[in-house]
Amino acid sequence: MAQHQVLSPLPGIFYRRPSPEKPPYKQDGDRIAEGDIVGLIEVMKQFTEVHADASGKIVRFLVDNEAPIEPGQPVLLIETG
Amino acid sequence: MFHKLLVANRGEIAVRIVRAAKELDVRTVAAFSEADRDSLGVRLADEAISIGPPPAGKSYLNSEAIIEAARRSGAGAIHPGYGFLSENAGFAEAVGAAGLVFVGPTPEAIRTMGDKAAARAAAKAADVPIVPGSDGEVGELDEALTAARSIGFPVMLKASAGGGGRGIRVAPDEAVFEHQFHTAQAEAKAAFGNGALYLERFLHRARHLEVQVLGDGERVVHCFERECSLQRRRQKVWEEAPSPAIDDVTRQALCKSAVRLAERVRYRGAGTLEYLYDEETGEFFFIEMNTRIQVEHPITEMITGIDLVREMIRIAQGYSLSLAQADVQMRGAAIEVRINAEDPDRNFKPSPGRIAAVTWPAGPGVRVDTMLYPGYVVPPYYDSLLAKIIVHAETRDLALARLRRALDEFELDGVVTTALLHKRLARLPEVQAAKFDTGFLERLLAVRAPSAPGQGN
Repeated sequence: MAQHQVLSPLPGIFYRRPSPEKPPYKQDGDRIAEGDIVGLIEVMKQFTEVHADASGKIVRFLVDNEAPIEPGQPVLLIETG
Repeated sequence: MFHKLLVANRGEIAVRIVRAAKELDVRTVAAFSEADRDSLGVRLADEAISIGPPPAGKSYLNSEAIIEAARRSGAGAIHPGYGFLSENAGFAEAVGAAGLVFVGPTPEAIRTMGDKAAARAAAKAADVPIVPGSDGEVGELDEALTAARSIGFPVMLKASAGGGGRGIRVAPDEAVFEHQFHTAQAEAKAAFGNGALYLERFLHRARHLEVQVLGDGERVVHCFERECSLQRRRQKVWEEAPSPAIDDVTRQALCKSAVRLAERVRYRGAGTLEYLYDEETGEFFFIEMNTRIQVEHPITEMITGIDLVREMIRIAQGYSLSLAQADVQMRGAAIEVRINAEDPDRNFKPSPGRIAAVTWPAGPGVRVDTMLYPGYVVPPYYDSLLAKIIVHAETRDLALARLRRALDEFELDGVVTTALLHKRLARLPEVQAAKFDTGFLERLLAVRAPSAPGQGN
């Protein structure tokens, strides 16, 4: 069974929810399709969506909500098999 | 009377405050987040103290950590700069309760002027013209619609707790009003924790003027006006002093109205009253007051020769205002352009990163306020302002020529900045003729292919 890591395109702060009172975009164990939004990155007060670049099932998120993130850092692990 | 000041901010304004304090023989403590350990403010300050991890909510917005840092370092006062906690009345109160001096107005003045509805009421009472709008907050849709009809469309829906251009929606006509009302309410609740709205007439093609004031709690003087009509997404991009759009009679009326309102709230420290100016009718309308130092304060310093940040600190030390109104004279014209880490050719995409090399403009009438140095890494966590290039000359035309010269000298490798946009603006006929309003820049960016080569050359 193949596993795939979604990598952060940008440095900034990672958010798993569209806004503080909304539920997370995705949870560990959810099905996910290529192109789905998995979170937001705040860079200099601008927000950029992070999209999945593979389909499958989410094994787990590797970055906490509101945690600093670097470009190329793995955001989540997807089981693609 | 304090002799040690904690600077609870970052970036270029932290550097600016440290410099002013040093000239007053006040020791400085830079409060920094872990992302700013290598910042210029930290390097220049006498001492530095960490207040938490990079996200602002855990550092620059963490009032307990900041007050604790002041206590531990033995500072007697806290300068909040701009943004972050600078207009937070609760923070000002907590600073006072901890036996420290807040460099700024009283919590009551922050509260009154920070609440848009209360600020309008204060303006009315001080006989300062305000944009036609609702009498305070509008509760239900029916009440809001009745108010909107009497104000006249297009109407703006503004969050009482909003500011800095956030929490504003425009309803062009009655048909979309209900939808905009509910959306604006929900957005205000989500963004500010308070869904209260008020209404104002939306002025077409207005100019943004603002008056700088200094007060000591008893007496207030104005330091003339600035014009900040060149904006993108309601963020100022280019500022000038004085405004090229008004004559001396209007200038006197405008600045005196600002003094009346600031005196009414017994204003202490540096503050700015923002107005919209309708060039067709010659009317000006007060919109809001910023109860702090502003990004664009240097252009006022250039035309008046007054060090506003030094004055703020002196007033906070308990001195009364050293200036009478007649002492405040203006000379020449000044322009400030904001150098942001954003790519104007790629829809202002943020551009954090390492500064490989930098050459600043210099020579007569040029000032640069910045936190950059070669090797500095611009962190992604905060706003994109890197530097302000400020020029001063005898006339506006000479200031524009000086700005073009200064921007041509400026070189920065490592991150993409808005300098190219300013080079284009400084050569644009409409800008040279000062024919612009608050929508001008967005119309320009929408029409022109931003990367069109040779534009304005």
